[in-house]
Amino acid sequence: MQLTLWSYEGPPHIGAMRVVASMEGVHLVLHAPQGDTYADLLFTMIERRATRPPVTYTSFQARELGSDTAELVKTSVGEAFERFKPRVLLVGEACTAELIQDQPGALARGMGLPVPVLSLELPAYARKECWGANETFYHLVRGLLKPRVPEAGRHPEPRPTDRRARANLLGPTALGFRCRDDVEEVTRLLASVGVDVHVVAPLGATPEDLLRIPEADFNVCLYPETADQTCLWLERMFGQPTVKTVPIGIGATRDFLDEVGRIAGIDVTDAKSPISSRMPWYSRSVDSTYLTGKRVFIFADATHAVAAARMCAEELGFTVVGIGTYAREFARDVRECAKRYGVEPLITDDYLEVEKRAAELQPELMLGTQMERHIAKRLGIPCAVISAPVHVQDFPARYAPQMGFEGANVMFDTWVHPLMMGLEEHLITMFREDFEFHDAATASHLGSRVGASRPAEAGSESHAAAEPADSPVDSPAQADASTVIWAAEAEQELKKIPFFVRGKARRNTERFAAEQGIQTITVETLYDAKAHFGR
Amino acid sequence: MSLSHAADRAPATGDSLPVVTRERGQRQVFCGLAGIVWLHRKIQDAFFLVVGSRTCAHLLQSAAGVMIFAEPRFATAILHERDLAGLADCNAELDRVVAEVLERRPDIGTLFLVGSCPSEVIKLDLAKAAERLSGVYRGRVRILDYSASGLETTFTQGEDACLKALVPELPQLPNGERSLLVLGTLPDVVEDQFARLFAELGIDPVHFLPPRRTTEFPPLGSGTKVLLAQPFLGETARACQARGANLLTAPYPFGVEGTLGWLRAATEAWGVSGEVLEAVTAPAIARAQRGLAHHREALAGKRISFLPDSQLEIPLARFLQRECGMELVEVGTPFLDRQLMAEEMRLLPEGVRLTEGQDLERQLDRLREDRPDLTVCGLGLANPLESEGLRTKWSIELVFTPVHGFDQAADLAELFARPLRRAALLRV
Repeated sequence: MQLTLWSYEGPPHIGAMRVVASMEGVHLVLHAPQGDTYADLLFTMIERRATRPPVTYTSFQARELGSDTAELVKTSVGEAFERFKPRVLLVGEACTAELIQDQPGALARGMGLPVPVLSLELPAYARKECWGANETFYHLVRGLLKPRVPEAGRHPEPRPTDRRARANLLGPTALGFRCRDDVEEVTRLLASVGVDVHVVAPLGATPEDLLRIPEADFNVCLYPETADQTCLWLERMFGQPTVKTVPIGIGATRDFLDEVGRIAGIDVTDAKSPISSRMPWYSRSVDSTYLTGKRVFIFADATHAVAAARMCAEELGFTVVGIGTYAREFARDVRECAKRYGVEPLITDDYLEVEKRAAELQPELMLGTQMERHIAKRLGIPCAVISAPVHVQDFPARYAPQMGFEGANVMFDTWVHPLMMGLEEHLITMFREDFEFHDAATASHLGSRVGASRPAEAGSESHAAAEPADSPVDSPAQADASTVIWAAEAEQELKKIPFFVRGKARRNTERFAAEQGIQTITVETLYDAKAHFGR
Repeated sequence: MSLSHAADRAPATGDSLPVVTRERGQRQVFCGLAGIVWLHRKIQDAFFLVVGSRTCAHLLQSAAGVMIFAEPRFATAILHERDLAGLADCNAELDRVVAEVLERRPDIGTLFLVGSCPSEVIKLDLAKAAERLSGVYRGRVRILDYSASGLETTFTQGEDACLKALVPELPQLPNGERSLLVLGTLPDVVEDQFARLFAELGIDPVHFLPPRRTTEFPPLGSGTKVLLAQPFLGETARACQARGANLLTAPYPFGVEGTLGWLRAATEAWGVSGEVLEAVTAPAIARAQRGLAHHREALAGKRISFLPDSQLEIPLARFLQRECGMELVEVGTPFLDRQLMAEEMRLLPEGVRLTEGQDLERQLDRLREDRPDLTVCGLGLANPLESEGLRTKWSIELVFTPVHGFDQAADLAELFARPLRRAALLRV
């Protein structure tokens, strides 16, 4: 039993729904009680989809338990087939149905429907949403393509020289992060090196499209969280190589092109610095000097977290102070990445732990999911969203990919925007004594919550003002520094530090004082601490 | 329609009560867990611990939407494989999770253990668990249980189950004393309005269930008159009756007519004269009529269908038809409690199409054929119906927004008028 306040992932049948809702001609019958239909609103409200997900729920009730729930499955399957005429029917169970063991898949298969009927195993008490999506996509592809697997040892024909290379884009789904725009951007990217996109799946695919997957020269595993099993199976059964680099960030996009070039036998040199790629120059421009060493905490799905860390470190000059993921299945990638940046990885699906880590690290920027956006808001830290779980605002009306060169442009804007820009920061320092730049004024780019989130600062200042100049003032900032007190003149000196770094200066000084066994923080201690932490 | 006109109308005879069609099939509605979203806002020292699956946690999160800003006073103890293997361990695990919750939230006065579909199916006895834990935390935290499983409860029925669990906790009203008990979660602003009206009417003492804090439990006894502010509290009402309380028969306080009828039931039970009722309510009624006039223009003559969802369908249909001039195409309700709906049913027009239960696809077929001007439905269906050119109103807003009483009558009408006004404005 696990105490959960908010969760990063839904149950595995939500993953299955994400796959079927992405496709056409597929229908899912879900054995589930009333109430489980809430899942429809994720698609129709969060993603503003104009159609209901192609899912029929059996809606069993207490009075049917132990008597005719199995009959209900057959009725639901029969009616769903008649009404929606799917070309493939999937049957699965949500958590409660798993307990009553009606075997709805076997029941449905026994009905002799004239279309493929695939049964999904979605262990609700052991697995989660991404796993469910990955498994469902794999079952669907394997279920349809198994009869077409060539005999062992037969290698695919080499590509005729007069045919352009073909790639499948695998993994984008409904409710994924910016999948719609990423597909478009990667399609453009591949076109720029003369590669045609053959099948995109699951997003927008039909069962017939899935049958055409083996006709491509290679697969692009665009979102490993949903497609790595499928790509692996296609590689083994059809000898289709997989492009594994996920093109998020300039460096990764160039690596992606190299990998495509290697697999397809194409020279990609000319495509690696298109004129529309503005991000590298923006990052080199002098205004961005102020971004140097900004401390970033990243928490997301594994793919986006790892990609964001590289972008932060190599392309924006930030310092990665923490990285983590809720996707345990991909924890290894994040652990390796954390090692690269010399930080402790955080692998958890407990958002309270993430909040605790964020509060400890006091980063200057958080890159995360909608959960981290809320955490950051509470802590008064700038934040940009880089990964699912998603919210209605993660489906912008405009074109806003994360992948490819345009994706890097988009991320430069969205990550840097919440930070103080160089020129802006310079002006604030210049006008620090101006009355409009007083400490209590809320930074306009952070919204109104910031003032409320720094009660310790505000409290200490009014307190300090009321005290005689020579008496020491208690520091309210941190419980573990409760034995350390601030001399009034040190408190005054602290106030001269720009407000947006003052909290950190206070904490660092107190930590330093505690470590050194200093009881009263003086101006000297303040500068000693500054020298000690060296920033 | 003027108020006097409405009041003059002769009550319908038993013969002309609407015919109810029962349907069974796929449902598109929340389970009772959704009630936690408003109950935890109302009862400020209560914590709701759902014992269930990841689905339960996900449902609560999806229904609660943006309320993520604060640490919520609800959580899910998510069952894992090993919990299903042995129930003895499951109880030990529950004790551990409860300890964790209470350690995090020392401010909690009442903890509800909330049953779910999985906990029902594995027969995890939460009543026994609540009893056991009550022993452990006696004097510090009250621990109660109820089931909000989708197997047994539909959406707002979760509140009924929760309030029913509170009834045995209510102190005894001494014999010979009387009190008025209003049942159903109301926004504080509405509760205060009603409290003022009752005071002006000379009705005293008046208590509300659920209370804002569980330290303020109202008394209950044979001198208690129970008045329902929400139409989905049948089990709670009957539990109060079992303790000797008297259930007042009234329409629900939506719109001028409903609110007046509701207050009248209280004044009649209290022996307050009709003149006093008229004098006290006249200013609020005049305000409400002024506010309603504006929206009646947008609503009159428009056709509306209700999909079965919040259980508020029948009283709202009555309000929209009689006070706003709308035409009722179909009124669906998840279940029909004839006793609680008796006063409302009499006020529905003859021949209205009333359905109980749901068979979603067939209902949508009818809807597409009817093409009403406005459809009241759940969040999952709203955008798909809009994309088919049907205007919709989300039913969940009706349980979150202050809509009861005279001073909210115009706001209630506005909720239905807004989608129509918006549709008329847009040129994209």
